[in-house]
Amino acid sequence: MKTIDSVIVGIVASSIISMNVFAQETVEVSAEGSFQENLQEALILAEPGSTLMLPAGRFELQSALSLDVPNITIKGAGMEETVLSFAGQVSGSEGLLVTSDGVWLEGFAVEDTPGDGIKAKGVDQISFKDIRVEWTNGPDAENGAYGLYPVESKNVLIDGALVKGASDAGIYVGQSQHIIVRNSRAEYNVAGIEIENSFFADVYDNVATHNTGGILVFDLPNLPQMGGHSVRVFNNKSVNNDTANFAPEGNIVATVPKGTGLLVMANSNIEVFGNEFAENASANVLLAAYPREYNDEDYNPLPRGIYVHGNTYGRAGWEPDKAVAELIAPATGLPVPDIVWDGAVDGVWSAFFGPDEQDRIIIDEADGTTFANLQFVKDLVLPWGADPKTDIADHAGERPRLSAVQLPQLESD
Amino acid sequence: MALFRVVLLIAAALCAAALPAAAQVQDELLLSKRPQKLLSAYGLFADGAQQAPASGVVPYDLQVPLFTDYAEKYRFVYVPAGQKATYHDTEVFDFPVGSVLVKTFAYPADLRKPDEDVTLIETRLLIHQEAGWNAWAYVWNEDQKDATLKVAGKVLPLDFINLAGEAQSINYVVPNKNQCKGCHSFDKAVTPIGPKARNLNKEYAFASGSENQLIHWSNAGLLDGAPALDQIPSVPTMNDAGADINARARAYLDINCAHCHRAEGPGSTSGLFLTYGEKSAVTWGYEKRPVAAGRGSGGFTYDVAPGNADESILLYRMISTDPGIMMPEVGRTLAHEEGIKLIRDWINSLE
Repeated sequence: MKTIDSVIVGIVASSIISMNVFAQETVEVSAEGSFQENLQEALILAEPGSTLMLPAGRFELQSALSLDVPNITIKGAGMEETVLSFAGQVSGSEGLLVTSDGVWLEGFAVEDTPGDGIKAKGVDQISFKDIRVEWTNGPDAENGAYGLYPVESKNVLIDGALVKGASDAGIYVGQSQHIIVRNSRAEYNVAGIEIENSFFADVYDNVATHNTGGILVFDLPNLPQMGGHSVRVFNNKSVNNDTANFAPEGNIVATVPKGTGLLVMANSNIEVFGNEFAENASANVLLAAYPREYNDEDYNPLPRGIYVHGNTYGRAGWEPDKAVAELIAPATGLPVPDIVWDGAVDGVWSAFFGPDEQDRIIIDEADGTTFANLQFVKDLVLPWGADPKTDIADHAGERPRLSAVQLPQLESD
Repeated sequence: MALFRVVLLIAAALCAAALPAAAQVQDELLLSKRPQKLLSAYGLFADGAQQAPASGVVPYDLQVPLFTDYAEKYRFVYVPAGQKATYHDTEVFDFPVGSVLVKTFAYPADLRKPDEDVTLIETRLLIHQEAGWNAWAYVWNEDQKDATLKVAGKVLPLDFINLAGEAQSINYVVPNKNQCKGCHSFDKAVTPIGPKARNLNKEYAFASGSENQLIHWSNAGLLDGAPALDQIPSVPTMNDAGADINARARAYLDINCAHCHRAEGPGSTSGLFLTYGEKSAVTWGYEKRPVAAGRGSGGFTYDVAPGNADESILLYRMISTDPGIMMPEVGRTLAHEEGIKLIRDWINSLE
């Protein structure tokens, strides 16, 4: 009796919904007819646990796609083979929006979205593997803001991605926790890779090149999650970041100087090691306070507990831009040193005697690495001002190493 | 018993197309996880084409409606017999399982004559099922006799005469199921937006005569716990020139933006919260800097730049129809001229 029931129910179900995707492990999304409808319908009707296979080919989408079913894999034929083009998009503010947990995206490309490329909001376990997001016309203020855009998420993996042309950040992880960004390439974006208002992130083995700024670790006020901390940036190459800033004004990244290797703004417990910084015309490494006025008593604008060690530094600081040209170069001269800290600290005591041990900036680099502490607070306080301090030995020391980020979706690795 | 229900289901599915609309609400079908192919199967309308509700289905209206490309909207609420929604002061009422909110979108040929030559476009159902609220969209057939389920959404080209008397063509977007959730989402669960006390607190011309909607709901046994009328929050209409412009603007932003722009909504990441009760000025946008606006910033510094509407990101995104800039992200392809004027006047009035 039971069997007959379910057979009948099955018939009713399939006659109501034209696509027969129930209880299947793998669904081949058809390229026949309207790909937009085929794919969106598959995204809605997919049973949890199934895999949606996207065919090779180039597909024109008019509306944003969205996924709200948990534990789904979407797999294309490769980031050059399966291309979703949103050049003609008329509705929706991103190409693909993911709002369900346990989603793995692999092997396809999203091109030319008017807004963001792929956004994941409020997701536990979101993985981007070998995904390309690109604005094919190159750097342009009219391009969308973010390429890969997980936000308010946890257990975020970005592996083997290629992101080009974002008018804000190519790879942007915001207000999230437990994050790995690795083996990826970001080029011709305003910010190559940006970790913002986030906790526990490992950014490693990436290449950031031809962006305005290669790698940014930011913390901003007036947001639900603040107090970014515990970020490791290691074994990356951030080189030749030589694209003029093309971000629309008003956004914080519009202030990033062309030719920045790494910019840490606010945040605590950041470890930077084993990276190669070179050919960045403003500066290789900047450690700075949030520079704008804000109204948020819960926010700490200072970079604290930063540990920079074992990186290599090539040419930098020969042609500074924006704040580096206006505020830093006049104090340090050219070239701007490899590592610059603005010296903003919380109060006069710290300005004269240094911050508490856990908040100190510690630098352990090869001989010949150049450094400046601009002593901004002291410069403000003292009537005769304060010159930059360039003795890197003032920052000698060691900190406990931060531990590696573990992600549940990589447990079978 | 299970078999009996299945047979009923099949009968309903097979017969719905052939039979005239059922005049009685089909409670059983409303609770079914799988949606009906045709709207008429639910029996929500005595006459769908005329938007005449079945017995027990009550029409309602909102003090300030969401802007959706100037569509006319016909709204109805159904609460299963013997049950009641529970009143809440600031949030959506707590509707019992089996309740439905019905919203039909329609266009008159000429917006200046809203009751003449009206074409029904789609009817959206928000059904409170055992597992939570579920949203479905039904697109009206060409013959206007019934409406058919559309899961993946649809873009419909439409023509009408606008309020200025000009011919207007739009691509009306029927949302897909996920886009419904783009707005109807509270802590990630599907949820209604409109039926809050402050939006419902107004007179409505019922068949039985004009009456305050909340009193009518209470008297009809749909609503439990409503206090005396003078204790119920209210908001002014958009164009009530005698009302405080702050209240009018905040009520407009509340219904048009705050379903996303609140701590529990899809726009939480922005930190810009536009609920009517939000008291922190920077949180509702006053000299608040953008976060992930991209080119949505328009090159401006603040969401709301007091006294300077034309350099305020909030207004800039209301004016735009570019999908990479415009707000709300879905639900409109046109700019809402009257809303823009209200928000412009409001921001310019701020010090």
